Amino acid sequence: MPTSTRTTNAFYVLLLLSFAVLLALPLLAQDKNPFAGNAQAAKVGESQFRANCAFCHGLGARGGGRGPDLTRAQKMHGNADGDLFRTINQGVPGTAMPPNGATQQGVGMTEEEIWQVITYIRSVEKKAPVAALGDAAHGKALFYGGAACSTCHMINGKGGRLGPDLSTTGSARATEYLVDSVRNPSRRLAQGIGEAMKEFSQEYVTVTVVDAGGQKFKGVVLNEDSFTLQMMDMREQLHLFEKGKLRSMEETRESLMPGYDEKLLPEKDLQDIVAYLLTVAAPAGGGQ
Amino acid sequence: MRGCRWAADMHAPSTPFEVESKPRGLTLRISGRETAAIAFLLLGCLLFGATLARAQVTAQRLLDSGKEPQNWLMYSGDYAGRRFSALDQVNTANAHALVPQWAYQTMAGGKFETTPLVVDGILYGTGQDNRAFALDARTGRPIWQYQRALPADIRPCCGRVNRGVAILGDKVFLGTLDAHVIALDAKTGNVIWDVTSADYRAGYSFTLAPLAIKNLVILGVSGGEYGIRGFIDAYDAATGERKWRFYTVPGPGEPGHETWEDDSWKIGGAPAWITGVYDPVTNTTFWPTGNPSPSNRGAGRAGDNLYSNTLLALDPDTGKLKWHFQFTKHDEHDYDATQVPVMVDEGGQHLILHADRNGFFYVIDRATGKLISANPFAKVTWSTSKDAEGRPATDKNGSPTAEGNRVCPGAAGATNWMSPTYDPQTKLFYVTAREQCDVFSTAPQTFEQGHAYYGSAYFPNDDAAPFWGALRALDATTGKLKWEWKHPSPTWSGVLSTAGGVVFTGDAEGNFIALDAASGKALWHFQCGASVYSSPMVFAIDGKEYVAVAAGSALFTFALP
Repeated sequence: MPTSTRTTNAFYVLLLLSFAVLLALPLLAQDKNPFAGNAQAAKVGESQFRANCAFCHGLGARGGGRGPDLTRAQKMHGNADGDLFRTINQGVPGTAMPPNGATQQGVGMTEEEIWQVITYIRSVEKKAPVAALGDAAHGKALFYGGAACSTCHMINGKGGRLGPDLSTTGSARATEYLVDSVRNPSRRLAQGIGEAMKEFSQEYVTVTVVDAGGQKFKGVVLNEDSFTLQMMDMREQLHLFEKGKLRSMEETRESLMPGYDEKLLPEKDLQDIVAYLLTVAAPAGGGQ
Repeated sequence: MRGCRWAADMHAPSTPFEVESKPRGLTLRISGRETAAIAFLLLGCLLFGATLARAQVTAQRLLDSGKEPQNWLMYSGDYAGRRFSALDQVNTANAHALVPQWAYQTMAGGKFETTPLVVDGILYGTGQDNRAFALDARTGRPIWQYQRALPADIRPCCGRVNRGVAILGDKVFLGTLDAHVIALDAKTGNVIWDVTSADYRAGYSFTLAPLAIKNLVILGVSGGEYGIRGFIDAYDAATGERKWRFYTVPGPGEPGHETWEDDSWKIGGAPAWITGVYDPVTNTTFWPTGNPSPSNRGAGRAGDNLYSNTLLALDPDTGKLKWHFQFTKHDEHDYDATQVPVMVDEGGQHLILHADRNGFFYVIDRATGKLISANPFAKVTWSTSKDAEGRPATDKNGSPTAEGNRVCPGAAGATNWMSPTYDPQTKLFYVTAREQCDVFSTAPQTFEQGHAYYGSAYFPNDDAAPFWGALRALDATTGKLKWEWKHPSPTWSGVLSTAGGVVFTGDAEGNFIALDAASGKALWHFQCGASVYSSPMVFAIDGKEYVAVAAGSALFTFALP
């Protein structure tokens, strides 16, 4: 089958080429921003930022519901220009940060446009690292003790699984976001997550089901589609259901997490917990 | 005669033809026993040749596609754009028993948007990065596979996708991401002709499946994110010679040019993302167009911006405009009208049904382009009034602002390029609806050729409810909702209807679903393992009905056991 052989050959040539391109990429990508300090480029970059990045990182790069606050001096995946370029171009595996253009919702950016965006980010970022206002050590004590955060939340492998893992949350979210999430845990949950985030579909929606035998389960949704439900109950037990076989199923976007008002958690204690989250999530150094 | 070659290869070990090379040519020395074998082979070749001859897809066969429901001869199944099949083996009583038959993997990342064609047992489809393939439709085994060597610097919106081929004669036709139109030999996948339609570096690309009419291959260009000047092209199927081009943004001196401010027409956009339809009775082909550029910023292009977001009625022989109907004037929300227009004859009226990205379901007189009705099929806030013709009019306060303005439908629209379907048995129009509002914000930018030119940004809104979607069954003439199937999140799957009373669609959670066309009750589903970004189709071989859909990187087929 000559066509098949040709196709196979072409395939290997393409494969080799792809490897060559992949190997060459780090060499090709510049490490220095050609537009550094260029106010005009920052202005163009702002436009690019709004079109490509602000959906997750928010207007003014101050962080949105999904993406970190980029006005911070410290970036989780490297502070150097080259690091930012790589983060934008290649994405961050295992997170919601996609490679440039990979969301397939728009057209992606050229190298030049990425540098313009970096120029813009530099123009709005704060010069000094975030100074934690609170006492991180006390915050840790509260997290694992009095405030009982660890009943449902895990940090670096220690804690519960009913709520989101908070190991990197301090660097991934703006401080105001963290505070708001503690005071009004249902607010973001109510909005749901966008389609671009579908591969990170867990929203911690609260669900209560009664199975065919009349047994009741309450917990969080890990995943679901029109026909099935995967949930974790309050005792961290996993349950897999076919919706059609349930006696009832009720979902609510009222979070299982209680709203911590000032009575439950005074402002000072909340600042301490935020300080702890910032400490554990602090980037190790300049590199990735 | 590839079949003969295969047969010869297969017999080679047992029938060793002795071939002697002589100066004047070849001589075969053949034994008596082998003579019989050769006679058998020749007969086989003749029969196979006859099959191939039958596989020639004439223009007449395309016109009469309804007479061969076992085949799927064009993107929407027929010239009317109905995506309806007369096949009825799979019906409401037995659909629960559907089982997978085979899957074909493109092994490519990104969205797999193809609707394949099937002609006499061969399936022709396209994949990401301008792959094309012909498969044994019974087994999914490849007959040939093609992939275009694309330039490294293409940046097509939105993803390196393609939605399918057209077939005519012994060729299949493909529009490419680098804005070429190519004809492939249907038997081998070899390139027969390859013409450059436009410069991909300026943002032009093709993602839709072309439409074959008479001896012509017709398609429209994508690139509304780049400030292109859109067009619909027609090429001679035999030679690739361009027969006509209709610019979807009129130039100086042409009617409609006055709807553009200053030189804004030069970068006016109005691309074509989706395959048109054809009315042989009036010899008219209908093509919908997309957004004016920049998509979400009206400043600098004052006027209606014809023929953006418009249904064009063109003479397929000349490309001359017969009439036009603009769904969204001076659009600032990326409300492309690039949904398949569906031709329906009802109560003595010749209609076009069109569920627009802007959230309204339009019924239009096919002969005149006059609007008959326009009713919302999803949540709409951009329009709260109608003009003298009954056309939804744009609210002044709906424009994007620097701080952001919440508008429904959102940036992805109330529906999009995914196909609707019309079932003549239920007289219902089925459409994928998306319930999503967005905050539209301006992001002024200077036009630079080949650079994305949105002029805007959009953000998730602050509603205390996540986005969701639905398959909606609408009364075809009134647009009244008959039933809906709710999707947990908005889907990019189109819809197929069949004479078995079953409609098929997919969801973002990866399910391919069969529903009762009359009631909307789910009859069956299969988890494909990845979101469906395509419109399903159906075919039959040896009396067995297959339903096919692309999801993830695979094309799946299903049939009764």
